[in-house]
Amino acid sequence: MADLSALSSFLVAAVGLGVPLALAALGEMVTERTGVINIGLEGSVIWGALGGALGALAAGPYAGLACGVSTGALAALCFALFAVRLGTDQIITGTAVTIGSLGFTGAVFQSRFGATGIALELPTVAALELPLLSEIPILGPALFNQAAPAYIAYLLAPLLAWLLFRTRWGLAVRAVGESPDAAHAAGVPVIRTRLLATVFGGALAGLAGAHLSLVHTGTFAENMSAGKGFIAIAVVVLGRWSPWGVVAAALFFGAAEALQFALQAWDSELPYPLFLALPYLLSLAALVGWFGRARAPGGLGSPWPTARR
Amino acid sequence: MRRSPEIVRGLLVAVVGLAVTAVVAAALLALGGHSPGATFAALIAGAFGSWDRFVSFTLVRATPLLFTGLAVALAFRAHVWNIGAEGQLYAGALAGVAVALLLPTSAPLLLLPITLVAAAAAGALWAAGPAAMRTRFGVGEVITTLLLNFVALFLAQFLVQGPLQEPRRIFNQTDSIPEAAHLPALLPGTRLHVGFALAVAVALALWLYLARTPGGLRLRTVGASPRAARVSGRFRATPVVWAAFLTSGAIAGLAGWVQIAGVTHRMYEGLSPGWGYTAIAVALLARLNPLAVVVTAIVFGALSAGGGAMQRDAGVPEAWVRGIEALVILAVLATDRCWQLLAARGEGG
Repeated sequence: MADLSALSSFLVAAVGLGVPLALAALGEMVTERTGVINIGLEGSVIWGALGGALGALAAGPYAGLACGVSTGALAALCFALFAVRLGTDQIITGTAVTIGSLGFTGAVFQSRFGATGIALELPTVAALELPLLSEIPILGPALFNQAAPAYIAYLLAPLLAWLLFRTRWGLAVRAVGESPDAAHAAGVPVIRTRLLATVFGGALAGLAGAHLSLVHTGTFAENMSAGKGFIAIAVVVLGRWSPWGVVAAALFFGAAEALQFALQAWDSELPYPLFLALPYLLSLAALVGWFGRARAPGGLGSPWPTARR
Repeated sequence: MRRSPEIVRGLLVAVVGLAVTAVVAAALLALGGHSPGATFAALIAGAFGSWDRFVSFTLVRATPLLFTGLAVALAFRAHVWNIGAEGQLYAGALAGVAVALLLPTSAPLLLLPITLVAAAAAGALWAAGPAAMRTRFGVGEVITTLLLNFVALFLAQFLVQGPLQEPRRIFNQTDSIPEAAHLPALLPGTRLHVGFALAVAVALALWLYLARTPGGLRLRTVGASPRAARVSGRFRATPVVWAAFLTSGAIAGLAGWVQIAGVTHRMYEGLSPGWGYTAIAVALLARLNPLAVVVTAIVFGALSAGGGAMQRDAGVPEAWVRGIEALVILAVLATDRCWQLLAARGEGG
């Protein structure tokens, strides 16, 4: 019985850690499907974490989540105005947005709370236990006793799968990503589609960030995103730009992170920085192992229109 | 080729970009409740207030930025999107410090060159992974170099808390390196060390390589159009991409070790405040020209040196410096793009 409860709490942790990655990666997947790669996603995550913290302090944890969504979306809008509207290089613009977001969130945090080093205590979003479903042995508590963002992720995956592959809207999105010129000729507004998809991705990354501050930790710290946005971009590649693949890849990483915590708890003598590196190394290994069979959207990373250079 | 318009364009974009940054930063500072005038005054006094401030602070801070800026500029020239200078810097720092601490010699003429070679080799090795992943498996280097930055940080944490920790095992740092591994002072009476001269020499060498050698021409060709390079059939692009990765990583590796050998004399967790990322702003502002990187590294060195004074004298958190760096990148990108669009409009009538 002890083993079963250990397994169960491992699964709870794995799903909890996988949820923010799944949210950010589902958003980035839609963005990349329109041909935009947003390295600034990391910036949306850290803005989401700070926005979530400020919103929660002002009006409670759920307002915090909403606030995190908005701040994440705003960071992505900033990226999109440069990289999509103006047509600057996506990778360099995204890196700049990430650097700037880490800097400015730190500046806002310090001017609001001072640099005292005392940990901030935030009202957290409590887990919602779904009746009946959460009583399924082992998997029930892991999947159905989570905070609200987890359920958003569960609903989002099938919704996005349907939207992307079964509707005209999804066809337009994919056309813009595969061949913006052809989409333009067919009357699809390329710039507007890319702008909206990028802001959508930023909103979900913001929710992921708010999840970090309001569900995981109950506090905000500078640089607390710690590369979650970058890992989410790797998750999109591993999930081969499909909603179900992305969710599976995100859960895999959640499990890797949960495993790292479990190993630390099991033997505190083990060098923990090496375990912290584990998810990043797994991302790298998985990219090499899987990438060969995946195909990115044809127009990924190229600004449009391309002619005026 | 029209050389002078290119230089004029570069200067104009840099000046307009910096001016736009100053205006936006002033507005944001005012919005944040800080006085832009007092902030800029503190920043400039901190960076240029006296000969010693300039040499011992601005130029010393510019040195690692010069190395990493050159590393990024070289890679970007070949369209190798190396966002991993930060990780390569840590790899170089760790290798240099490990060799300096473990090698049983105290002859400066022997130890210093060996540590420099070890640091460059470790930086190149850290870049070799992404190079192999791109050329053999087709995995883009943006994500792989980014992820390896975190791995390098954790590796550094592990080493300074474990195998390389100082003998007393109190602080998360290494022991002091032997004096034989110190880089000597460049200007007596200041903190400026020979590493700065070394960085300028690397800049000159890179400029000569890119502008005057067949290898440089190949690298620029691959960067300008990988397809054209392949179709031309004159040479293979893969070795050029490898060369760009390894050289870029080696130069970034030097940044980390030179900082230790010249300034800190020991390795600790937060050695770099993000020089590998700031390097992107340094390289872009210089339009990827190695000689111009010398100037832009000093500009960002001044920003870094002034950042401390800004926090102390104007009460503005140092985190603002990173924000301002990002503003420089965005302003330069936008100015350059607007120039392109205006030029295209002009040609079209």
